[in-house]
Formats: sequence, structure tokens, C-alpha cells
Amino acid sequence: MNIAGHFSYWITIFVAITGLYIIIARGNLIKKLVGLSIFQTSVYLLYIAPGKLIGGTAPIVAEQFRVYSNPLPHVLILTAIVVGVATLALGLALVVRIREAYGSIEEDEILEQDETAITDPR
Amino acid sequence: MITPHFPILQVVLPLIAAPVMVLARRGTLAWLLAVAVSWAGLYISLALLAQVADGGVISYAIGNWPPPWGIEYRIDRVNAFLLVLVSLIAAVVVVYSRASIGAEVPREQQYLFYAMYALCLAGLLGIAATGDAFNLFVFLEISSLSTYVLIAMGRDRRALMASYQYLIMGTIGATFYVIGVGLLYLMTGTLNMADMAARLQDVTEVRPVLAALAFITVGVCLKLALFPLHVWLPNAYAYAPSAVTAFLAATATKVSVYVLLRFYFSVFGASAVFAALPMGKILLLLSLAAMFIASAIAIFQADLKRLFAYSSVAQIGYITLGISFDSVTGLTAGIVHLFNHALTKGALFMLLGCIALRLGGVRFDNIRGIARVMPVTSFGIVLGGLSLIGVPATVGFVSKWYLVLAALESGQWWIALAIVLSSLLAVIYVWRFVEAAYFREPDPGIVKLKEAPLEMLVPAWLMIAGCIYFGLDASLTVDGASQAAATLLQGIR
Repeated sequence: MNIAGHFSYWITIFVAITGLYIIIARGNLIKKLVGLSIFQTSVYLLYIAPGKLIGGTAPIVAEQFRVYSNPLPHVLILTAIVVGVATLALGLALVVRIREAYGSIEEDEILEQDETAITDPR
Repeated sequence: MITPHFPILQVVLPLIAAPVMVLARRGTLAWLLAVAVSWAGLYISLALLAQVADGGVISYAIGNWPPPWGIEYRIDRVNAFLLVLVSLIAAVVVVYSRASIGAEVPREQQYLFYAMYALCLAGLLGIAATGDAFNLFVFLEISSLSTYVLIAMGRDRRALMASYQYLIMGTIGATFYVIGVGLLYLMTGTLNMADMAARLQDVTEVRPVLAALAFITVGVCLKLALFPLHVWLPNAYAYAPSAVTAFLAATATKVSVYVLLRFYFSVFGASAVFAALPMGKILLLLSLAAMFIASAIAIFQADLKRLFAYSSVAQIGYITLGISFDSVTGLTAGIVHLFNHALTKGALFMLLGCIALRLGGVRFDNIRGIARVMPVTSFGIVLGGLSLIGVPATVGFVSKWYLVLAALESGQWWIALAIVLSSLLAVIYVWRFVEAAYFREPDPGIVKLKEAPLEMLVPAWLMIAGCIYFGLDASLTVDGASQAAATLLQGIR
């Protein structure tokens, strides 16, 4: 098993786990979204890193070049980044509305408010 | 001239309609546009189903880039069936939504509601139509993001938290899916599903493929709310506007089931998933857990929308149970239940929306004696409930009949027993509604109420009528489902 040769995958896994851990461990709604963003970022790395070949050039057909890097992952990840930005924007917009409605962005405080609302109907 | 472009047209129509609605800024205009694209979509999907009825496959190359290099839309009997289901539900719910959304969403936001509705429809149809794994991810996110907005439009502030939680879970699910697709892309160098399936046969290093299977399974199961990944569903369904709940319950989870079917049977191949791995046993176990635990939780809910949301989790269990058998009968049962449950739950949530319109909520302590003032709505809910239980002459019976057949065919008679026993749990929660609505003295506040408006009752009763019609004469749905099952199983073994 070639650990050093797979180092980009190790970084990808580390970033993914970090993101997931933040989502699970943090009760602050903004921090959760940060974790979500980090988790999504790991995917960008997963796609882009294998597309690069050492010594490869941009995929332009020319006599003297034999090895090309794959440009398709970049295009795919451009799309995934747009999706990630849209998700983050929507998530933050929801947090703004949640703060307006509850006066808090801490998950446990919000759930507590809902609990009391259920037992003591307004 | 336009017929060859049908596969893309039905996705593009709502996609273009959405920004037009936002620019128009008129609720009524947006609604008319939404009705137009939904009904056009229904016409197109029926035409597509007719085209592939003989077992053919329509391959549409977007921008004339031939597959596997370009994005391919690939319609066969499986997704044509699903396209009809999604656009049928969309066409019925959009008519219903005018009165329901008029009462539940502020006037100045209504055009935005219909824009999101059209986007969500475009996303769901796109997932069903595309033959490209990455394109599927993009449509998955289009439908998911618009769904989060639709849920957050609910009147209760808890809708915001439900939407946020679904956003977190849904994004994790979609990211898991895209990790799986990334691993498959690394191993095969293609994103076209048909091409991917062919190239996977020659892949000798199976470990990344197994990892891809695991990631895609978990990611998609999050979206389809397979027990125990269902936690986002009850709150999202309970606090979303009524029309949204009806639409989502009938389509969103069903489309995710299709993604699972597509990857299991058309990309990985049934032998890789069910013979070499214990996926069938895992699905079977989780399905049984969903059928019993979610039904049991449903019994103790104080809110009818939450009750039927938990019942949805249980019913999804029946669908995945059918898939887990990996046989023609099992798949037929799963796919036919996909259709039948969409009809039943769509109708039930629409009728609950009728009560919510008059009463403001559907908690058990509010609806006492509601059958006296809203007899048509209440009777519809009872019929829908009977279909959930699986009483003969309803669609629920047809699904459970085929499920039991599939269980007996596989020689596991105890599963057939489990199906019958879990149906008894449905009897209890449906009975709770009957008792509250028919056998309790109405509160003085209720007596003044009127029956729901016709523009809501007619679409809802159309679905209930479908539940009865397809329960009495199941040839149309069962034929469609068994052909779809046969097409799936013809895929690489």
C-alpha cells in the first residue's frame, strides 16, 4: 500500500471527515453550514486531483506533447461549486429567518423553545 | 417536428417558466403558467410512455453531442412510467394549490411559490429523464434546493427549522451521491450511465466500485427517507404548506427510489448488488424496521400531518421491501406501490389541506366531529386510509397482494406474515382519525365551518377516485410496473 502516493486521497478523506464532524458536533447553525461547506469542498478535491497528470499539458493537440491532463473534472467541479454556493446562500438565508423567528441560532435553544411551545400552547 | 425533442422539452419548459414567473411578479399569472407547463408535461410524458411501450429506448443527445461524450437523455419503460407519475401528480396538485396556497402563503410571495414549484418539477423530471450520472446530481440539487424553499414557506416558524434540517441532511445525501459518482468516474472514465455499466464489467479493481456503491446507496437512501435515515421527513412534511406536502410526499421520495433502482439494476447490475453482496438482506431488514417502527410511531402522533408523514416512512419500507427480493414479482410490487402510494398519500395530504384551510390545523384535539361539517373531505380521508391499510378494491390491496406473492415466491412466508401484521398497525392509526372525526361531539367552533371549496375537493377526489379505480382494475398500473421491472432485470446481470 503506497501511502505517500495516495496523499491527495488522504487529504480528501481528512477534509471530508472534518466537515462531517463539524456538522454533527456543533449546535450553532452557522457553524454547521461551515462544516457542510468544508465537506462539499472535499469532493472538489476528489474530482480534481486525479485529473492532473504529472508532466501532462493542457489538452491541446500538438506534435510535441503526448500526455494530457483531463479537463472534464474541472468543468464538473465548476458546476458542483455553483451548487455549493447556492446551498450555502439558501442555508444562510434560512438562518437569518430562523433568527428573526426565534431570536437565536443555537440549535438546543431553538428546540427548547419548540418544546415549551408544544406543552404550553400559545 | 417537435416530437423528437420531447425528452428534453418537458424538463426545459418548467425550467424556463420559473424565471419568467419571477419576472412577471403576478400570483395569478404565475399560477396560470404553472398549470400550463404542468399539463404540457403530462401530455409529453404520456406521449413518451406510448413511444417506449414496445420496449424501445429513446436516446436524445443534448446539443447534438453524441453519447457518451455529450449528455444523453435516455427514456425507457422504467423512467417513462415515473415521468407520467411525477407530471400527473404535478398537474393535479397545481390546480389544487391555487386555493390552498392562497390561504397559506402571503399574497406577495405567491408568484415565488409557483416559481419554486416549477423549478422543483423541472428537477424531478430531469432526474427521471437523464442518462448521465453527474447531470442527475445537478437536477437532484435543483429539486432539493427548491424543496427547501417550498418547505420554509409554511406558516409555522417550525417550518424554518424543518427546512434547515432537511437542507443539512439532503446536502449530505447529495454529496455522498456525488462522491460515489466520482469514484465510478475514476474507475471507468465516463459519466454516461449505460456506458458506465458496460465499462464496469471490465474493471478488475473492485474495491473503489464497492465504495461507490456504498456511498450512492447511503446518499440516495437519505433522500428517499429509508429508515433510519428518515429523520428529516416528518417535520418537513408536517410544517410545509399543504400543497407542498401533497406534492413532495407523492413525488420526491419516489424519484429517489427510481435513482436507487437505476443504479442497482442498470449501472452496477443486479448480480453485483444482490448476489455478491448482502444488499438484499440489508434492504429487507431496514424495510421491515420501517414498516413496523414508523407505523408504531405514527399511532402516537397528535398531529394528522405528522401521523401520515410517519406512515409515509413505513410505506417507503414496502417499496424497498419489493426491491430487496430482486425478482420480477418483487420489483413489480415495489414499482406498483410507488405509483399507488403516490396516489394515496397525495390524496390524503390534499384532503388534510382542505381541513387545514377551514380549521387552521389538523391536530387531533381540533378535528373532533369534523365529519359532520366536512363530510366529503372526511369520507375521502377514510377511503385513502383504507387504501393505506390495503383493503380490497383499493390500490393498497394491489400492492400488498404482489408483495405477499413475491415473499411467498422467495420462500420466506414469514415476510408475508410481517406484511399483513404491519398493515394492522395502519388500521390503528386510520381508526384514530375515524374515531375523532365521526364519533366525537363537535366543538362549538367547528359547527359553523363549511365544506372545503370545490377547486380543492375535485383534484383531491380525482386522486381518491384513482385509488379506487386502479384498485378495481389494476391491469394498467400492474402491466406498466411489470414491464418496467422486466426492463430493469434485463439490464446486465
